[in-house]
Amino acid sequence: MTEAVLYDAAGPRGRRRILVGSVVGGVLVVLVLGLAVARLASKGVFEAERWQVLTRQDLLELIGRGLGATLRAAALAMVLAMAVGGLLAVARLSRRRWLAMAAGTWVEVFRGLPLLLLILFLFLGLPAAGITISTFWALVGGLTLYNSAVIGEIFRAGILSLPRGQTEAAYAIGLRGGQTLRLVLIPQAIRRMLPALISQLVTLLKDTSLGFVIAYAELLRVGRNAVEFLGGPYSIPVYTAIAVVYIAVNASLSALARWLDRRTRRRFGRTVETSAADEAA
Amino acid sequence: MDAVLDNLDTFRQGFVTTLALTVVSAVLALALGTLLAAMRVSPVPTLRAAGATYVEVVRNTPLTVVFFFAVFVLPQLDIRLSFFVFAVIAVTVYHAAFFCEAVRSGINAVGVGQAEAARAIGLTFTQSLRLVVLPQAFRTVIPPLINVVIALTKNTSIAAAFGVFELTAATTRLANANSNAVLAIFTGSALCYLALTLPSGFLAGRLERRVAVAR
Repeated sequence: MTEAVLYDAAGPRGRRRILVGSVVGGVLVVLVLGLAVARLASKGVFEAERWQVLTRQDLLELIGRGLGATLRAAALAMVLAMAVGGLLAVARLSRRRWLAMAAGTWVEVFRGLPLLLLILFLFLGLPAAGITISTFWALVGGLTLYNSAVIGEIFRAGILSLPRGQTEAAYAIGLRGGQTLRLVLIPQAIRRMLPALISQLVTLLKDTSLGFVIAYAELLRVGRNAVEFLGGPYSIPVYTAIAVVYIAVNASLSALARWLDRRTRRRFGRTVETSAADEAA
Repeated sequence: MDAVLDNLDTFRQGFVTTLALTVVSAVLALALGTLLAAMRVSPVPTLRAAGATYVEVVRNTPLTVVFFFAVFVLPQLDIRLSFFVFAVIAVTVYHAAFFCEAVRSGINAVGVGQAEAARAIGLTFTQSLRLVVLPQAFRTVIPPLINVVIALTKNTSIAAAFGVFELTAATTRLANANSNAVLAIFTGSALCYLALTLPSGFLAGRLERRVAVAR
């Protein structure tokens, strides 16, 4: 938190300047927003009739079903990715070189590929090989492959963040490698990586919207279908509603992650940090 | 394998589009993101609030939804541009929030003592930023910035679903046309993506370790 140190508490002249800056900045922001709103209004976007579509029972039910499909895919993919990610972390920390290298390659490859390419590969590639796959499993499979790599790294960072004395003490009282991991390291590491895992869940939830591309009927796809049925003028109300649903779900999860992060830091010192890049992808 | 070699031209076309989309969007998003970061550390409350709101809204919205607004909503407002430009807008708007966070965390990573010392020897706000904090922040911020560029490179693939013929779109078309060589085609395009992301990732990792030693 450097910014509090960068300047002294403002004196009378400084406060005046900040006030002027606030007003000018505020006017600029309002001006930009105002221009956008004027543009929207001139196209009749704010006519009440357009927004009343959001009170239609069938549309709301459709959006609810879409949200259900989104959450189902996200929950299953998260569980699977955590299972695979756990194995990857253990393998990468293993003293068997070939195992560590195999896990490392898995992580680098799947983290370096676009998620959409993985999903499309499962969706187009497996049928070409004679295996039929539903859109749901293509989406969940792609999400699992990609996120197992990211979550594996979170697990590994969590375990590595523990003081070495923990491992040494465990060996000293005669525990073996697996026991050390299971009884000493993992229980402590879980606390430290919980906030990062929740952040990753937010990313994963956002990424379920790629199901749109392969026509899995998640939130975004049902929104698109609804607009195709209702007509273009209703695109803004419907897509805004969809965006609000995503933001509401994700912002609550993000807030939970931040709260847990603060609490864990206070009680146990450190947490695994998430990077802006992992949240973007 | 033949399917890949016969269609090298399609691959190249897609690869070049991916590259162009990445470079143009990354430059624009970095500029917008730096501006947002400056707003977020400034002493002016309205600017701080505006920057914070932007970041909070965008990073909880899927990129696909941002694409929806660019590609389906802007034409409703009689804003008609090519799909490529729409894609640039969507990718820029989305990643600016993450560039902002990377820059801000870089500024915050400079030890408080550095800024305090700068203030103590009487440097002003601009001087302490320009001479002490930013030169150090610049070093720590490069690896995270590279990582955001990598994420951006991968995310340009979503433009495939919105009318831009880049690498993923080329892959899909070729896979549909050559159903006997799907694996080879996907492997080819995976290698193209890895050729972009892996070296940058290693570079970011090395820089990160070097900066870590220097502190």
